[in-house]
Amino acid sequence: MARTATYQQAINEALAQEMERDETVVVMGEDVAGGLGTDGERDAWGGPLGITKGLYGKYGDRVMDTPISESAFIGAAVGAATAGLRPVAELMFIDFMGVCFDQIFNQAAKFRYMFGGKAETPVVIRTMYGAGLRAAAQHSQCLYPVFTHIPGLKVVTPATPYDAKGLLIQAIRDNDPVIFCEHKGLYTLEGDVPEEPYALPFGEANIVREGDDVSIVTLGRMVHVADEAASALANDGIECEIVDLRTTSPLDEDTVIETVENTGRLVVLDEAHPRCNMATDIAAMVCEKAFDSLKGPIKQVTAPHTPVPFSDTLEDLYIPDAAAVQKAVKAVMESSK
Amino acid sequence: MQLSRDELLKAYTTMRTIREFEERLHVEFATGEIPGFVHLYAGEEASGVGVCMHLDDRDRIASTHRGHGHCIAKGCDVDGMMAEIYGRKDGLCAGKGGSMHIADLDKGMMGANGIVGGGPPLICGAGLAAKQLGTGGVAIAFVGDGGSNQGTTFESLNLASVWNLPCIFVIENNGYAESTSSKWSIACDDAADRASGFNMPGVVIDGHDFFAVYEAAGEAIKRAREGGGPSLLECKLNRYYGHFEGDAQTYRGPDEVKKLRESRDCLAMFRERVTEAGLLDASDLDAIDSEAEAQIDGAVAKAKVAPPPTAADLLTDVYVSY
Repeated sequence: MARTATYQQAINEALAQEMERDETVVVMGEDVAGGLGTDGERDAWGGPLGITKGLYGKYGDRVMDTPISESAFIGAAVGAATAGLRPVAELMFIDFMGVCFDQIFNQAAKFRYMFGGKAETPVVIRTMYGAGLRAAAQHSQCLYPVFTHIPGLKVVTPATPYDAKGLLIQAIRDNDPVIFCEHKGLYTLEGDVPEEPYALPFGEANIVREGDDVSIVTLGRMVHVADEAASALANDGIECEIVDLRTTSPLDEDTVIETVENTGRLVVLDEAHPRCNMATDIAAMVCEKAFDSLKGPIKQVTAPHTPVPFSDTLEDLYIPDAAAVQKAVKAVMESSK
Repeated sequence: MQLSRDELLKAYTTMRTIREFEERLHVEFATGEIPGFVHLYAGEEASGVGVCMHLDDRDRIASTHRGHGHCIAKGCDVDGMMAEIYGRKDGLCAGKGGSMHIADLDKGMMGANGIVGGGPPLICGAGLAAKQLGTGGVAIAFVGDGGSNQGTTFESLNLASVWNLPCIFVIENNGYAESTSSKWSIACDDAADRASGFNMPGVVIDGHDFFAVYEAAGEAIKRAREGGGPSLLECKLNRYYGHFEGDAQTYRGPDEVKKLRESRDCLAMFRERVTEAGLLDASDLDAIDSEAEAQIDGAVAKAKVAPPPTAADLLTDVYVSY
């Protein structure tokens, strides 16, 4: 029987195995060990949610706590990546990109091109994103479309424990800067995760459910929302094909086009805000490259164009749910008869 | 610190090459042949050279938008730099970077930088890598007086101190952040005063005096190499041209630059010091002046006729893997 692990354990295991394999891999961030300079326990936290717990005990000074100085330590990770290390920096919440974005998009992302192809910057920035924890407007956003916009960055959004481990190992071994986006609503999700190290290639979407009626292209936690909707729709005789993008940069356009060619109908589901997100991007790409395969209009299901609200009543309304997906699928079926 | 004859010749050659490079760019830019904009380092040569004379290829520097001098001082190829500034395919960055992004990682030059205050965090990383990998290398961030007020600089000073990194932060205070006086924009008397808040030495240096820079930088770099942690140096100096070429500089006093050239020119000060002390002959220096002029003549001539990048170059070098 396959070994099961949580998304959180899968990430921890990927970090530990890569640190074991390659001593140039270092981990840095706020409280990634925790307890530094206190009278209490060292390795007290392992990150605010315990994702990096235990690494300090195994790898000591290669697990580095930082002051709350995202510009300095994200930039340090970037600089160190050009100088022989493979740093994995933890940007605690993706929302904190605002205080360090220059080091990511003007420095890390640009070095290779700006320096005429002579720079390699193998840095990984792990960061948690997404709504659902009542964490309100500054700790809940889905900002991966912002990173996806930037040439030179790779952007990864694993939906399962299996993908989290394999994609993180690939991210660490990759020679380009990678933004590794972990949905905070998935950390406790369990799934099959092989114990041995394995790398999953970037730019290969995953067909997580096959069906011939409607394609749902999505990513991250929304893969599970799509699956819930698809199960309900199957009871009504509608078979959905779900494509998990896995990485938004590089983007697996071929698999998206193939599923649209198969079903002729498309719903794009994204937890991000509706303007310039992955849903709009996929919809535009399909219109340009597979318009003739479409039997009717595309539907987009996204969060509304508002900040993420705090109240559980409001946040539950904010996050796209299975009912919204079912409604969109039925509307697509209706408009393409 | 005693410099050998060869070291003195190297220092003067490097400073003179930078001066020639920048004075020539000033002329050539006015012809309209150079794309974009350039920020010239003329007048500040003693700082970059005084620091970089202590460095080798394992050491890293990060520069600023005013980066040509640092590039030359760190050993970047002058022909490649000139070709880059002209946007040529065989430029140091294949014509994709330009004046503000010249880099050569093999030489430890992590790039001029178009973002004010962009370099110090990167240098913390270079220092960290040197420390973790045990290379014995140090990492130097050059920062202008404008950049000294950026949060990235403060954060980096703190991080370098907390992590005890082999980093030196060199603030080149040329008196103006674009058109704004550093006397106004820096709240303390000297930017170096801030060092005490980060528990590191802070030294104010006459940045026109190569020997003063060389000595202070030598101490800071030696300390960093020995695991003693970071330092902050503030070189007080002047730029001979505007913030960028084309800057009318109406914020400067009448004859300000003329007087500086007459009284505080780093090349003239160096020449006077070494000839009066009998360390070098004027003829040695005259020969270097001629060689530098010829070298830059050659670099400009080559850059002017070098081919531009091809259309295919537009889409390459974004990622390592594809």
